[in-house]
Amino acid sequence: MDLNLTAEELAFRDELRAWLASHVPKDWEEWREKPMEESFPYLRAWQQKLQEGRWAAVSWPKEYGGRSATLMQQAIFWEEMARVEAPPMANSLGLGLIGPTIIAYGTEAQKKRYIPKILSAEEIWCQGFSEPNAGSDLAGLQTEARLDGDQYVVNGQKVWTSYGWVGDWCELVVRTDTAAAKHKGLTVLLVDMKSPGVEVRPLRQMTGESEFNELFFRDVRVPVENILGKVNDGWNVAMSTLMYERGSYGARLHLIFKRYITRLIELARTIPRNGRPAAEDPIIRQKLAQCSAEIEIMRFNQMRAFSRITATGVPGPEGSIQKIFWSELNQRLQQVAQEILGSYGQLLGGDPHAIDKGLWSYAYLRTRGNTIEAGTSEVQRNIIGHFVLGLPRSY
Amino acid sequence: MQFGLSESQEFLKDSARKFFAGECPSAEMRRLMETDTAYDAALWSKLTDQGYTGIIFPEEYGGVGLGKVELMLLMEETGRALLPGPFFSTVVLAGSVLNAVATPVHKKQYLAPICGGEVRSTVALVENSANWDPRAVELSASNGKLTGEKFFVSDAAIADFLIVVGRDGVFVVDSKARGLKISPMHGMDLTRKLYVVGFGNTPAEKIGSASDLARALDITTAALAAELVGDMQRTLDITVEYAKTRKQFGKPIGMFQAVQHQCADMYLETESSRSAVYYAGWALEENSPDASTAVSIAKMYASDAARTVGNRGIQIHGGMGFTWENDIHLYYRRAKASETAFGDATFHRERIASVVIDLASVTAKSAQ
Repeated sequence: MDLNLTAEELAFRDELRAWLASHVPKDWEEWREKPMEESFPYLRAWQQKLQEGRWAAVSWPKEYGGRSATLMQQAIFWEEMARVEAPPMANSLGLGLIGPTIIAYGTEAQKKRYIPKILSAEEIWCQGFSEPNAGSDLAGLQTEARLDGDQYVVNGQKVWTSYGWVGDWCELVVRTDTAAAKHKGLTVLLVDMKSPGVEVRPLRQMTGESEFNELFFRDVRVPVENILGKVNDGWNVAMSTLMYERGSYGARLHLIFKRYITRLIELARTIPRNGRPAAEDPIIRQKLAQCSAEIEIMRFNQMRAFSRITATGVPGPEGSIQKIFWSELNQRLQQVAQEILGSYGQLLGGDPHAIDKGLWSYAYLRTRGNTIEAGTSEVQRNIIGHFVLGLPRSY
Repeated sequence: MQFGLSESQEFLKDSARKFFAGECPSAEMRRLMETDTAYDAALWSKLTDQGYTGIIFPEEYGGVGLGKVELMLLMEETGRALLPGPFFSTVVLAGSVLNAVATPVHKKQYLAPICGGEVRSTVALVENSANWDPRAVELSASNGKLTGEKFFVSDAAIADFLIVVGRDGVFVVDSKARGLKISPMHGMDLTRKLYVVGFGNTPAEKIGSASDLARALDITTAALAAELVGDMQRTLDITVEYAKTRKQFGKPIGMFQAVQHQCADMYLETESSRSAVYYAGWALEENSPDASTAVSIAKMYASDAARTVGNRGIQIHGGMGFTWENDIHLYYRRAKASETAFGDATFHRERIASVVIDLASVTAKSAQ
């Protein structure tokens, strides 16, 4: 065990720090509150700038424009990005999930065709996985692709698609064999979102915004050369995408949560409770300390997981404890924030009395989604029960 | 950065697990817990042969000179075995205090025989206030004599000498000293015996200053949290095993999500405690500025988690979990005793708060 950064890790961090110091945009603060439709060109330009420095996809192999970064270097990357409050990249799904899947499963022609434009943010990618009747039970999805000559004809509906409204391409999981057992009849198609028959609708969520879309496919024609991986092997392809989803998330979250708790402690020094600052109230102190401690433990868990993955080569089902931990911690943290803010906690962004422009009321509502998105807490507990502890499958 | 165990650390942990499984299986642990002191001389000499009694102490005093992470690993295994007797009191607690406060001469006299397995010892710290903050100690010496009482002193009856924390110093008191009275307290944990230790004009040798205690108590507290990790791991293991084999409604109960999800939570709590304990061990070893806070984080989390893991484990065992015959309640008892020892979760949360709230405020002000 050695928690000091190695010479390579330090060199990586210092190079990145130096690059960020001279390149990170100074005006992100003005843009971040605007709707994403407005800020999207800005995010695209930022990604292009990052890629000019070869920083957009550090985890990718060097031959595809990345840096073949180790997991620890990836963690350092996200930590440093969070430290300087860098804007997100426009093509975050393409870079984080779909690009790596194409690199792993794609043909040479596909890699040549798609990879450079993912890096340059010329083509934005979205993911067509969940459906109205296939959420946790993803393998039960019904969007169907029927072979017609050298084209598939796709019909169905997808939900909870991030970046659907701006997506040029979609990694779409479809059913190609209705007779096979449900995991066995799936295929992944790379679908041009400008194809006739694709319709994108905003999905308004409980926070009032629309981060996600619904996608409708009506007789959408997709050439067979757009199959990713093998026909009827889509489950494995899709699962590999979902594994990348867990990869480096935690490194970012640690600093984001730390920023929350630091601000909350600041607020607690000024907000009165029982005739003294909340920060002097023993109950509030206990709760702030609990959250602070858990934020550190989240990081310790993450570092241990990275070391384990580095040693064994593959992210294991243990990643599920990360997902449960951060999502439930975020909910507890936001509840503590609400207790400290009292009646002010409910005020929305537009209200002149709102604290921090309504950040806390938004975060409180938004965290309800944390234990649902990217695999519900229930699914994560099933994964731990079955794949980690070896208990019999419950479903 | 590498937050996994090295080969030699894996080896130490593995061999400790095998050693305790062979030398102190459940039947032996139960035999010892029914005795007055839970001490067994033959087992002690085997612990000594393994080098465990000198694990973290300098070689010049007969120790093995391993690091704090290694200590955490060993304690995880003593916790898993529910090792009865004065190992924690003698080696971890008394040994660390001696190592932190004593002069080389006193270390030769008191720490060396601990490393060599020749003596048993313990530390008398808290008083009837049951406050684990050393600043709450009131006992003090007068003309080299102690008069007063210490509470919750573990393994005092088997100690050859006791280390006593006073306001004005740290003292050694011989077990045969005049006026020393050791009376059992009947605690839940049958494997670690507790006592009230009374002093009536009892001669005491001052060996150091109480202000040097903090680091020793941090090491001890982290080690206790490590022991809780082993306690949780064993509770999880026997619970999962039971959930796989126990059938109701024609199925193993582990197939039901109401059961499976509780097991998943036990796993999450155990692993998170382990991460916190390993980090604390590393921070202590490196003398990292956040070491004390890291210890509080580990003890705070493990104290609560061990109780919760035990609650879930007993519940999943159903009626079997409520029997004397099943070991799970013995782990639950240890977890409860260790929850409050060296500060419960509330105590350590306040310690964390004093850093993240108060100290942060001072730093912010001085930066202005």
